[in-house]
Amino acid sequence: MTNRTADLLVIGGGIHGCSAALHAAMRGLDVVVIEKDTVGRHASGVNAGGVRRLGRHYAEVPISQRSMEIWHRIEDLVDDDCGFQRAPQIKVAESEADLDELKARAAHLRAMGFEHEVVLDRGELRAHLPAVAEHCVGGLASLDDGFAQPYQTTFAFSRKARSLGVRFEENCRAQRVTRVGSDFKVTTDRGVFSGRRLLNCGGAWAGEIARQLGEPVEVEPTAPMMLVTGRMPRFCTAVVGNQSRPLSFKQMANGTVVIGGGLRGRALPETNVSELIFSELRRTAETAIAIFPIMKGASIVRSWAGIEGRMPDGIPVISPSSTQEGAYHAFGFSSHGFQMGPGVGEIMAELVATGRTNAPIAPFAITRFAPEADASGSSPTQTEGLSA
Amino acid sequence: MNSYDVVIVGAGPAGMACAAEARQAGLSTLVLDEQPRPGGQIFRDIEVSDPGRRALLGKDYAEGARIAEAFRASGADYVSGAVVWNIDSAKRIDYSAGGRSHSVEAKSLVAATGAIERPTPMPGWTLPGVTTVGAAQILLKTSGIVFEDLVLVGSGPLLWLAASQMITAGVPPKAIVETVPKSRYRAAARHVLRALPGWRYLAKGFAMMRAVKRAGVPVHRDAEDIAIEGDSAATAVTFTSGSKRHRIETAHVALHQGVVPNQQMTRVMNCQHRFDESQRAFLPVLSEDFETTVPGVFVAGDGAGIGGAKSAAMRGRLVAMRIAETAGKPVSGERAKLRTALARDAAVRPLLEALYAPSDDVLSPADAVMVCRCEEITAGQIREAVALGAPGPNQVKSFLRAGMGPCQGRMCGLAVSEIIAAARGESPSTVDYYRIRPPLKPLLLSELAGLGAEAPREAAE
Repeated sequence: MTNRTADLLVIGGGIHGCSAALHAAMRGLDVVVIEKDTVGRHASGVNAGGVRRLGRHYAEVPISQRSMEIWHRIEDLVDDDCGFQRAPQIKVAESEADLDELKARAAHLRAMGFEHEVVLDRGELRAHLPAVAEHCVGGLASLDDGFAQPYQTTFAFSRKARSLGVRFEENCRAQRVTRVGSDFKVTTDRGVFSGRRLLNCGGAWAGEIARQLGEPVEVEPTAPMMLVTGRMPRFCTAVVGNQSRPLSFKQMANGTVVIGGGLRGRALPETNVSELIFSELRRTAETAIAIFPIMKGASIVRSWAGIEGRMPDGIPVISPSSTQEGAYHAFGFSSHGFQMGPGVGEIMAELVATGRTNAPIAPFAITRFAPEADASGSSPTQTEGLSA
Repeated sequence: MNSYDVVIVGAGPAGMACAAEARQAGLSTLVLDEQPRPGGQIFRDIEVSDPGRRALLGKDYAEGARIAEAFRASGADYVSGAVVWNIDSAKRIDYSAGGRSHSVEAKSLVAATGAIERPTPMPGWTLPGVTTVGAAQILLKTSGIVFEDLVLVGSGPLLWLAASQMITAGVPPKAIVETVPKSRYRAAARHVLRALPGWRYLAKGFAMMRAVKRAGVPVHRDAEDIAIEGDSAATAVTFTSGSKRHRIETAHVALHQGVVPNQQMTRVMNCQHRFDESQRAFLPVLSEDFETTVPGVFVAGDGAGIGGAKSAAMRGRLVAMRIAETAGKPVSGERAKLRTALARDAAVRPLLEALYAPSDDVLSPADAVMVCRCEEITAGQIREAVALGAPGPNQVKSFLRAGMGPCQGRMCGLAVSEIIAAARGESPSTVDYYRIRPPLKPLLLSELAGLGAEAPREAAE
């Protein structure tokens, strides 16, 4: 019979669950990852692969920066290059007003002590993006960012974790989380697992786990849509966004162009189905052609959307539980968590192992969603999933 | 947006017969088809065939022409040259025609998209000069073109049909290399009695084989370890038969390992599928009225499981009758008769499936053989990904890009599932198949950008 006890139970085998499991194993913890499907099945395996510090919420910048340092030595960590390629990330300004906003942002970051985002004028923009449309006036760039292969990355983290003894229970859904004494019990499709610590990395499905821990939060399942074209002549070496309309645009080494940008399809988390809404995706096609006229001749070979969890304020929960000591959360990355995976995993492992971290995670506390009258903790009615 | 009681995708025998029956029941009906004229693959260009090509089709010609005529007279709306690229859960169909995308809504949707040839990865199969038997046959039917040195390689009824048609056309194949292992004859013999109601098919099969023999076409049986030689184009095909290595020089090789349901459309709609061991292929899970697990979505014709043109037309009619019944129309008195005839027509299938099941040799290409042609992924790379822990085709796809190219796995999907299943010691039914994503066929980005641009004009109508 398999060993069903561990120091740490991680719920969710996405990039965050796998990264936290790996980092926890590196600290000597015995870890089990409980995954309802297979590793990287949802947003972690099928996102656009952007490794981006550019344009992040100010609160995320320090963690994103820490993660970026890991990305630059990713192969040392997971024995796989993860398809990571260093490339500039550039947000294009289509008007002077857009450019003014970008300049203000760069100034704000400098005041915070971060120098990685730089303003590009008309000529500098074209030096990086020779194929950009005539009307684009400038941009904002983070030159040492890049992109990677999302499934290859998540799979590499899981393999490295496995090689350090982490056990992955796939096709094994966490149904109920309870506390028995000081241990957490997770009832799954395939029996009960028991651990001293619990980490909720459930993505779009994390809200239910949080609810069972007595701290309900609203996690909206979303399906960020992406499309990929057939191979095209090389015309773009940067990852390109847009200041005033949704866009994420990159040409891969094989010439195909991956276009996303956060427009959402229909997510049905109960059945794992995500559906594309082409009347929406149409706008993505328009934007891509507007920024790069060469795209008029491109043909789409596939489109897709992975199911992702979005928080009401658009930034993740990276937080100890406010109700159960020894439980932690890292979820709700709201369509921009891939780059943060390596860094957040390291932070979560530190939290789990030591109970503390110096990383500035206060803005991501789960308590920010607690009803004001009851901000201090749980109410008895919210802990129905827990039995002592 | 236009809306119809029934939208049928595909104008082969199933689609045409379904449309005619649906119209007879008074249902508003639209048929979308990729080809310029109705007929599907089996009756391709049937309305414009000259006497020479009619002779090629033999007795089947009259049947095809009759179905096409009934379809044309039915009053069903019909858009030729229409490439359906998406169908969503509300049965809204997006299709491309005349350089623009259009949308239409269906109360009931019928996928009559037929069959495709089973992928046959083997050394040299991607060389110029190598095609499939189905493609060679279409060329013959539509343009009368035959290659004089064509070597047919593989297994299945179509191999013999194509050979006999080429003989009729006066250009017999240079050789037939059949991959049916000897043991298959014993396996097939068990089904002979049950197949007797289908004696006409058996008689036709024997007639085709006799024609090949009479024409003096060399036939190599029980062939294994097939490889196509050539640097920049095919120059020869080599194989082992009768414990001897053979080499036939040729610039043209046509491969065939039977046909399998084209699942792209039912996959994109998230219909459930099952792996059928006898047909060695994934089939949509269907009710006895050919309704998928998605209510209101039906499959008629070979897409429901390989049954041939006669069955396809009967299934098409049965589907239309069911849709009419659901819409509260009186049910045709012919339904019971059709069902009996359909069962009789299928009698020969177990025998054919046992005899022509792809050989293990064909199902397990060597490591160096390219399997996914779009992304140039070999069987060995797929096995390596499995060894690393990739549990199924979707992980292999994400990891290696296999199936990510313009054909979205139509050319490699079954082979990839088979290779993964064998490497994991499982059945294809547990490793499953690629998730298929729209667009079903490549679509211009500019066409997507213009999607819905026609709306104002429609409103003015």
